[in-house]
Amino acid sequence: MQGISIRGVSQAFGAAGDARRVVALEDATLDIPAGELVCLIGPSGCGKSSLLDIIAGLAKPVAGSVTIDGEPVRGPLPKRVGFVFQENALFPWLSVYDNIVAGLTFQGVPKDERRGRADEALAAVGLEAFRNHYPRQLSGGMKQRAQLARALSLQTEILLMDEPFAALDEQTRLVLGEDLSVQLAKTRKTIVFVTHSLVEAVFLADRIAVFTARPGRIKTILTVDEPHPRAPGFMTSAKLTGLRNALYELLHDEVRRAMETGAGV
Amino acid sequence: MQIACIAVVFGGWQIGSTTGALDPLILPPLSAIAVQLGAVLRAGSAWAAAGVTLAELALAFALAAAAGLLAGFAISRSAFVVRVFDPLIAGLYAVPTILLFPLYLLFFGIGPPSKIALGTTMAFFPIVLSTIAGFSQVKRVHIAAAQSMGASAPQLFWHVLVPDAFPVVIAGLRMGLVLGFLAILGGETITSNAGLGHEIVTMAESLEPAKMFAYIVVAVALASVLNALTSYVEMRGRRHESA
Repeated sequence: MQGISIRGVSQAFGAAGDARRVVALEDATLDIPAGELVCLIGPSGCGKSSLLDIIAGLAKPVAGSVTIDGEPVRGPLPKRVGFVFQENALFPWLSVYDNIVAGLTFQGVPKDERRGRADEALAAVGLEAFRNHYPRQLSGGMKQRAQLARALSLQTEILLMDEPFAALDEQTRLVLGEDLSVQLAKTRKTIVFVTHSLVEAVFLADRIAVFTARPGRIKTILTVDEPHPRAPGFMTSAKLTGLRNALYELLHDEVRRAMETGAGV
Repeated sequence: MQIACIAVVFGGWQIGSTTGALDPLILPPLSAIAVQLGAVLRAGSAWAAAGVTLAELALAFALAAAAGLLAGFAISRSAFVVRVFDPLIAGLYAVPTILLFPLYLLFFGIGPPSKIALGTTMAFFPIVLSTIAGFSQVKRVHIAAAQSMGASAPQLFWHVLVPDAFPVVIAGLRMGLVLGFLAILGGETITSNAGLGHEIVTMAESLEPAKMFAYIVVAVALASVLNALTSYVEMRGRRHESA
């Protein structure tokens, strides 16, 4: 497995020459080896989510290319890439169990395997007791766990997560982060995770790509040298605090700059 | 409480008739209506008339739904096309459909086809407008999620677009059914040779108010059954909302 290779990717919205054209992302280049968890962090509007959509094959960049395991991405790769959205992407008309089965159906998993995989996924996130509940009946944290279950059931080697815990309170967020770290250690997936939270980025990531304000370029890459699964103790360690502070220094000016130019903040 | 209200109205009616306070030509006694209801049901004329009206409605609704759903979905595929056609259709909808009836009588004669045409026209508008609205408001994140998981175009349509659009589309379909039914009944009372509306107006003109009310009861019963059926369909498709 060679992982994800991002080469000179740029993204812009609006026609060329249009005064309102927005360059969200400029010349992003990054190699993500298989099994690594990389966080993308930066001020709003810096193109992190755009990059994720491009990696997922849900959007086409205006320049550059992404290859996964050596093959260029030209569209969604349902068997290789799973996506967890920030907004609730569960289908409200289906129960949690049926939501997972729907994903398996779309991916093309044979009928007799679907039940087993769905049960496994539910167990992995601890939602077996809620399999027949509708999304409406679940809390925000449970909905995101259900979405994660759906993505996990697809058994993709890569998982893309776009601020999956953004709508949750901090405590739920931290606990789910711990669970995700455990999952990662177990399955050795490659994960690209977009977040605004400094602590979340340091706690989860092997490497953190820090973006500048729009047009977003990768400013720095921080390395977090800590094995997975991350122990809850890591959260309160001096190492984490040091890294978090370094991240803050890097980001602070970018966020200010983004606010001044009115770029999405 | 509701039963009490109905009981009061019906009680008052019967008392009014017996005391002679109500003119029997305008509001015949409930007992007489009940008798005539029994008579027309046994004679088969009620079933025959209801059958005609129902057949007209079935055909009109089928045509309106087919046209409305197809056109509505097609238009919804492009925001630009929606912007062009939605106001046009809404504008046409505002024109009283009944004005077309003399034209339909000319084209189709006084038999059922002119009623079917009227019903189709009437039912088409709410169906097409709600179909446009329903499919236009499908959440992008649902589509993106399905695509990222490998949904094919038919899978996307049946498993995401249709369920997401269902609440809005079904409301339009129900509205179309009701308006179609009313248009057909109305058309039958104006000019026709068969159907419930025809019987109602014929009985009124032959000064047989009890029989007229009997047919009105049949029409109301038919409307209630249709309402109950469509309500059930809507509820089944939306049960996740009240789980």
